[in-house]
Amino acid sequence: MEKDQDKILSDVTSGEYKYGFYSDIEMDRIPKGLSEEVVRIISSMKNEPEWLLESRLKAYRHWLTMKMPSWPNLKIPHIDYQEIIFYAAPKKRPLLNSIDDIDPELKRTFDKLGIPLEEQKHLAGVAVDAVIDSVSVKTTFRETLAEMGIIFCSFSDAVKEYPDLVKRYMGSVVPYTDNFFAALNSAVFSDGSFCYIPKGVRCPMELSTYFRINSANTGQFERTLLVADEESYVSYLEGCTAPSRDENQLHAAIVEIIVEKNAEVKYSTVQNWYPGNKEGKGGIFNFVTKRGICKGENSKISWTQIETGSAITWKYPSCILRGDNSIGEFYSVAVTNNHQQADTGTKMIHIGKNTKSTIVSKGISAGKGQNSYRGLVKVLKNAAFARSFSQCDSLLLGDKCGAHTFPYLEVDNQTAIVEHEATTSKIGEDQIFYCNQRGIATEDAIGLIVNGYAREVINKLPMEFAVEAQKLLQISLEGSVG
Amino acid sequence: MLIIKNLKASIGGKSILKGITLEVKPGEIHAIMGPNGSGKSTLAAVLAGREFVEVNEGTVLYQGKNLLGMAAEDRAKEGIFLGFQYPIEIPGVSMVNFMKTAVNEHRKHKGLDPLSASDFLKMMREKKEMVEIDSKLANRSVNEGFSGGEKKKNEIFQMAMLEPSLAILDETDSGLDIDALRVVANGVNKLKRSDNSFIVITHYQRLLDYIVPDVVHVLYDGRIVKTAGKELALELEEKGYDWIKREVENNVIA
Ligand SMILES: Nc1ncnc2c1ncn2[C@@H]1O[C@H](COP(=O)(O)OP(=O)(O)O)[C@@H](O)[C@H]1O
Ligand SMILES: [Mg+2]
Repeated sequence: MEKDQDKILSDVTSGEYKYGFYSDIEMDRIPKGLSEEVVRIISSMKNEPEWLLESRLKAYRHWLTMKMPSWPNLKIPHIDYQEIIFYAAPKKRPLLNSIDDIDPELKRTFDKLGIPLEEQKHLAGVAVDAVIDSVSVKTTFRETLAEMGIIFCSFSDAVKEYPDLVKRYMGSVVPYTDNFFAALNSAVFSDGSFCYIPKGVRCPMELSTYFRINSANTGQFERTLLVADEESYVSYLEGCTAPSRDENQLHAAIVEIIVEKNAEVKYSTVQNWYPGNKEGKGGIFNFVTKRGICKGENSKISWTQIETGSAITWKYPSCILRGDNSIGEFYSVAVTNNHQQADTGTKMIHIGKNTKSTIVSKGISAGKGQNSYRGLVKVLKNAAFARSFSQCDSLLLGDKCGAHTFPYLEVDNQTAIVEHEATTSKIGEDQIFYCNQRGIATEDAIGLIVNGYAREVINKLPMEFAVEAQKLLQISLEGSVG
Repeated sequence: MLIIKNLKASIGGKSILKGITLEVKPGEIHAIMGPNGSGKSTLAAVLAGREFVEVNEGTVLYQGKNLLGMAAEDRAKEGIFLGFQYPIEIPGVSMVNFMKTAVNEHRKHKGLDPLSASDFLKMMREKKEMVEIDSKLANRSVNEGFSGGEKKKNEIFQMAMLEPSLAILDETDSGLDIDALRVVANGVNKLKRSDNSFIVITHYQRLLDYIVPDVVHVLYDGRIVKTAGKELALELEEKGYDWIKREVENNVIA
């Protein structure tokens, strides 16, 4: 019986990564390595104002004093920052954000990824900012959105066109002192997306950023800054892929969200960076700091993440619930197959009264994958009647993988109600056989069962992406059972 | 339809089926009765392709093909349906999604295109009415939170959806109240045709008041110890299994 299960499991965990191709695009790269000089070069290549260079240098100097965090439940190989190229950008870039000036190879790359850069070809109702390596190459529907006062552009453009907004909000939620990777990003970030939704506006389309790492030996360090003014609403989605390579590549991003009174931001991630091969060679190191603040009363942030890629994932999308009655949500599915490792979760910081947080985390481990949930629920003294509910489930496929849960609770207010539930289950041979008996092959059965397990989270995704996410879950576990 | 010859099977080295010979012809309903632990579910498991049961000897021909060489899902698509004694819960997977996947796998196997969403839903509706199950059941996750009776009715519903050639119902009647029992029996009677067959495994004769078997077998300690017409079920009901046990021990039946 055990033997059959083993065989089944070893067969289902060997699917292929679909986005592993490399595109031959003419690139400008700076020499590898990191120094104050490199920080200055990046800033000058982007024609940045003095204040931004200063802020980068401050972050860099601070980074030099910091060490990699050692608390995650991860085995992280030594990273030599002098071997990484910190800036790479396609040579031919559109000047006026017009599609005609884009390198056709670049266009083909995004077509292949299912992200056409022509507006008329794109999924109706989705605006995209396409970022390759260090720069944003095209933001669709910019003009359409601008008519409603919505700003959606690359971070670099925002620095030029809306310096006051950037200055006001950048670093206000994730200061460069926050952690090692946040400091690194604040020093060398190259591009990313900027979004501002004005007062009273419901953004009529999904906004999304698609991140692609293409060049070898290059790190990707992007920032996303999202501001939702009073009474506004936006749903935002990010996706990411990278070529299959034997070397590890570093991705260290920052996402900051500011939500004012009565406003709501839904932030969804489908993370599918190259996970490395079956033997654990290669893959992206994904070290990301994501945090939002519910500044005004009745504001809401909802994080949804489907994490299937990366060799190592280290990220804790968090909510600072400052406004009274504000709501923070975190819905997560994290898959670790083969040799992937993930240490992911959230922080919910209750500051305002009647604040509410919901955490639903679904870990799926297969192969030799190691999956850790790490979550902090902190209720401050003045957060009267705060409520928090966490549900952390782990699903194991096979007996060579691991699931771990690290919930931290710090409650300083007597009226708070904080609940935490956790379960660990194994995918049942009985369930698989039940499907087999109805004519469903084992591979498909696992896809079905895993998607059922993750359904609560997948249902939170915008509809257009829920189907994609389901397929991705199935593909990422292909070969893990058979 | 099905020809089993001298089938011997074991679980973890322990011999369970000790030489079963049985033939089911198209259009027939066979009842297999017998005390708990005699190997009824194990026989069903072997026929459905459960791998933890090792087949040690014997042959099984299904529609002329060597059944034992086929993967479980292929047996299903070739028309073998097992109504589970203990149906399995699959949380979060809707019955609609589950059945759509199953029906389309069956169709693919027959070289047919998948059903459109609307055709599929129409089919679901018709079958739900046919087997008289609560239409809400089909909107829930597979068996999740179903009562014992609901689970069994759901097996009959799935059988109606998949229209098998050979349905094996493993104690589908156990633990059912009289209404649920009627649902199960009606399902079988409505689906019965001249070209399909049923093996109804049951512990009690009660179900056989509603489903009239052509042949009744008694399985005891891994062997079929008695085969007769439907009157055998009544005799068993009257005399109990102890009668069979005694006869076997006294070698009255061999
Ligand atoms: N999974 C299993 N592992 C070990 N023994 C089993 C297993 N399933 C059934 N058995 C044994 O096989 C014998 C027959 O069981 P079963 O086929 O379930 O009988 P029935 O359905 O007639 O009640 C019993 O002795 C039972 O303990
Ligand atoms: Mg049984």
